Amino acid sequence: MRRRQIMKWSVELGLGLVILAWATTAAADTFRIPDSARQQELVHLLLQDCGACHGLYLTGGLGPALRPQDLRGKPVESLREVILRGRPGTPMPGWQAFITESEARWMVQTLLNGLPDETRLSDEKGLSDDH
Amino acid sequence: MIIERACIAGALILTALSSAHAQLRGTGDLGIVIERASGSVRIVDTSARAPIGRVQNLGDLSHASAVYSRDGRYAYVFGRDGGLSKVDLLQVRIENRIMQAGNSIGGAISQDGRVVAAQNYAPGGVKLFSAATLELLADIPATYGDSGQRSKVVGLADAPGQRFVFSLFDAGEIWLLDASDPRQPRIEKFPAGLQPYDGLVTPDGRWYVAGFYGEDGFALLDLWHPEKGTRRVLQGYRQGEEKLPVYKMPHLRGWAVAGRRAFVPAIGRHEVLMLDTETWETTGRIAVAGQPVFVVARPDARQVWVSFAFPDNGKVQVIDTETAEVVRTLEPGRAVLHMEFTPRGEAVWISARDDDRVIVYDTASIEMVGQIAADKPSGIFFTARAGRIGF
Repeated sequence: MRRRQIMKWSVELGLGLVILAWATTAAADTFRIPDSARQQELVHLLLQDCGACHGLYLTGGLGPALRPQDLRGKPVESLREVILRGRPGTPMPGWQAFITESEARWMVQTLLNGLPDETRLSDEKGLSDDH
Repeated sequence: MIIERACIAGALILTALSSAHAQLRGTGDLGIVIERASGSVRIVDTSARAPIGRVQNLGDLSHASAVYSRDGRYAYVFGRDGGLSKVDLLQVRIENRIMQAGNSIGGAISQDGRVVAAQNYAPGGVKLFSAATLELLADIPATYGDSGQRSKVVGLADAPGQRFVFSLFDAGEIWLLDASDPRQPRIEKFPAGLQPYDGLVTPDGRWYVAGFYGEDGFALLDLWHPEKGTRRVLQGYRQGEEKLPVYKMPHLRGWAVAGRRAFVPAIGRHEVLMLDTETWETTGRIAVAGQPVFVVARPDARQVWVSFAFPDNGKVQVIDTETAEVVRTLEPGRAVLHMEFTPRGEAVWISARDDDRVIVYDTASIEMVGQIAADKPSGIFFTARAGRIGF
């Protein structure tokens, strides 16, 4: 009886580990966090190039505002799709020629969290005093 | 001792006088460079090819543009955040500043220089201000449809007869506004097409041309005969070919007209279109290095300079308007955003955002002749715009 119980737990634990391992691998396949150099490039792209239509402070322009409060409640997957494939019928182009799926997902997460102030500051270094 | 003091006092007075004299100058060779990320403008001298000052605290200057008072002393700077600043180029300071909207995209100044118009995305519409005091004279909401929604306004330009013309992105209309009485403007509305993204008034002030994102072609309004309404030109220039993603909307203001030939950006395509301004027919296509954003003519119209959208925004190409061929491909710097010719075109200033500099080219030799440090520079606006229709 007791041995059977232990067997059952072992099987469950083993199964659980297999599932966990599989899930981790699957996640690693579809979502790889960009390295820090690439993250900087992506933030630069967000502020400067996405910013051409969405505003340098992502407050909107020809395109909608992209601050956390503007994106709240929108599914991550659909936002990622918009970045990669654009929005038909609007000027939003697909960026999949330049950005991987993982990178797009990282960008969505970054937008949802809000760009940290230090990112913005490092992108906009202080002005020199010369004329 | 007394003599010595008198000498010192005299010398001080002389110094004061001479520095007062040194400040006397015209503005015809001055201009501003927008520093988009830091909310400042650099005032530049195009004769000395050097900066002479910087004005800060102008707010969010992403996609900022500027127009000039007709004496060329003041720049009216339109910020993304709805800020409208009147900048004194000679005293290097903000003369006046207001917040006039939530999200703005540019502006224009009237023929007589008395009225400044701002075009806004949110709330969608146009506002008229006194150029002298920035007092609000009229608020024109860009309402359309049955439920009274408001459209984003694009392509605002001044036209002869104290008029302004602009396009409604969401409504697909062109509005002609008569500001003869700026407190009681009169408006005529014309159907245009799907999603106009920008517009311009031709250098002679006769035609308003709007480009569409949502469909092929351009709309044309004859400002001599607005009663004839809009007509379509260059229809179907993308026909039969896959619509390409557009990584940056082209700008039409400053477009190139050389004789009867006009050179315009083909949206989404790696092409500059040539058209005949008498018949408004397409007369040719020039293959270029990317999606054109600015297609601007040297003031004598012998050359057309082209800048490009991401990812080809490190290049600039020069087209010879006589042969309609690309004669030079330049790599002035990373992320070229704008190009501005000196009043008679011996030089062109090019902003390279990601290199934090403005590069000056001699347009005869097409060689770099100077550069100026600027923080994330975007638009470059020289005071010669003060005397040009449609600027």
